[in-house]
Amino acid sequence: MNYTDGQLELKSLKLRRSVIKWIKHAGAGHTGGSLSCIDILNVLYNRILKVSPATFSSPDRDRYVQSKGHAVEALFVVLADAGFFDESDLETLCAYQSHYVGHPTRKVNGVEQNTGGLGHGLPICVGTALAGKMDKKDYRVFTLLGDGELAEGSNWEAAMSAAHYKLDNLTAVIDCNTLQIAGRTAEVMNSEPLVEKWEAFGWSVRRIDGHDYAALTEALQAPLEKGKPSMVIANTVKGKGVDFMEDVGKWHHGVPNDEEYERAMASFETQIGIKEGALS
Amino acid sequence: MYSAAAAEIAAEIGLAKGKANLEVFASTMEEMAASDRNVVAVVSDSRGSGKLAPFGKAYPDQLVEVGIAEQNLVGVSAGLASAGKKVFAVSPSCFLTARSLEQIKNDVAYSDNPVTLVGISSGVSYGALGTTHHSLHDFAALRAINNLIVVCPADNYEAEQSVRAAAALEKPVFIRFGKAPLYSLGKESEQAFEFGKARLIREGNDLAFIATGEAVIHALLAAEKLKRDEGLEARVLSVHSLKPFDSEAVLSAARECKAIVTVEEHMVNGGLGEACAATILEAGISACAFRRVGIPDEYTVTGSQADIFRHYGISMEGLAETAKALLSKAQ
Repeated sequence: MNYTDGQLELKSLKLRRSVIKWIKHAGAGHTGGSLSCIDILNVLYNRILKVSPATFSSPDRDRYVQSKGHAVEALFVVLADAGFFDESDLETLCAYQSHYVGHPTRKVNGVEQNTGGLGHGLPICVGTALAGKMDKKDYRVFTLLGDGELAEGSNWEAAMSAAHYKLDNLTAVIDCNTLQIAGRTAEVMNSEPLVEKWEAFGWSVRRIDGHDYAALTEALQAPLEKGKPSMVIANTVKGKGVDFMEDVGKWHHGVPNDEEYERAMASFETQIGIKEGALS
Repeated sequence: MYSAAAAEIAAEIGLAKGKANLEVFASTMEEMAASDRNVVAVVSDSRGSGKLAPFGKAYPDQLVEVGIAEQNLVGVSAGLASAGKKVFAVSPSCFLTARSLEQIKNDVAYSDNPVTLVGISSGVSYGALGTTHHSLHDFAALRAINNLIVVCPADNYEAEQSVRAAAALEKPVFIRFGKAPLYSLGKESEQAFEFGKARLIREGNDLAFIATGEAVIHALLAAEKLKRDEGLEARVLSVHSLKPFDSEAVLSAARECKAIVTVEEHMVNGGLGEACAATILEAGISACAFRRVGIPDEYTVTGSQADIFRHYGISMEGLAETAKALLSKAQ
């Protein structure tokens, strides 16, 4: 299905509502970072990735590996929306013997790799992109990193090798929400200037508004440059979509209390109603 | 590596001199790559030390160089494997199993990507280069990781068999190779090679040497010396698979022999000896005397692999003495 930007906006509202719903239900989760990357995942799964429940075992599918594994709630609600499993499965999120663990695992349909330790997604994707080049396949490989995650040295080992092997079938996105668990990324361990760093490592780089569907689509729909891996630095807001969570560090893994939950859900209902009205 | 007396006994019992396991690994890789373009070696500036330079020349499209970056080595290998490649990630065991331990745990074992991790110049193969280059922790670290087969071949036969078995298995495997030329332990045709099945090298019921890797030959020579000097018959088992572990072979030895000496090129903590001890105790066997021989928990002595082995009693003479002392205490 081809979604308009407006339809994607509506979908993101519903996905964010689901993130809050399941985190509240489980009593745990990474709220802020899941909300910041929803629009990126929404665009990837609904406009970019050539993958579906029917093609998930095809060797020709596009791959998405979520390196910032802690934002698993975002991935789960997007995969459920794309039909990889029934969203009601998330009733068991983080529960005893559930496959729906607090970080992505391949026991969940649609998940490519088990992640959660940071700095793992990019090296794996370099390998998968390299295999695609070796086998002359057309699939593309995507990964999502956090800006705090960039302090892990393995990312820079992988960055070097992706450029060395000219992996233009690889696109990495940084969910650059400028906050990590201990505070501002700039204060904990400054990773800027990101554009210059990635360019110096041999990547083609674009910095965009990570909540702008048109900009995300334009940056992700094709490799940015032939012969180079693509880096899309998506400026995002941690906690995006819930006014009292936006850009507030404590929501990194905060779970709303009953009052906060009701407030957030009521806000979503209002916004969804308005958006549905506008689209009808 | 061997004393004159040990070399003499090796000649007497007709042990054939073989190559280093690392060379067998490299030639087996070349043979497999010739008929399977999915066989890929990933190296971290280690193609020379892995004896893979000829492989790289013959099959340049099947060798991936990542530079001196072991974390990336394992992550890239996992990604290649997930896309259908039969990947051998080759790096000195000291770096591969310490620096990239989290990638081994998460990207290979937990994600079930069928990478064969090849730890080269393992144990104290690098001898006098010192502790930075020794891997005396790898059994302990990797035995504690779920969904990983841990293998340490004792001779060229076990080396080739383990490489071919790993390529066919499509599961995460770790194999450890040294670089010293090894004697062939014989009896290749009598026992099919299988991960998880120990190889009986010598029969005997007075005591058993349960050994792994490059230590096995010293156990066999010690068994021959004990026969000549004391009239004792020592069983020798090569436990090439630390995981899965052949509990049955260990328990048979514990039931049928008066003493067990375990021998490994690894720190005594967390290695073969502890695996045997746990197996025997959990089966309720307490009559069998038991001693671990390996590298003790101390600042490792300086020297060549042979010097270090001799220093810590991993030698024909040292193991024979240990066995005699243990038996005399047991009786």
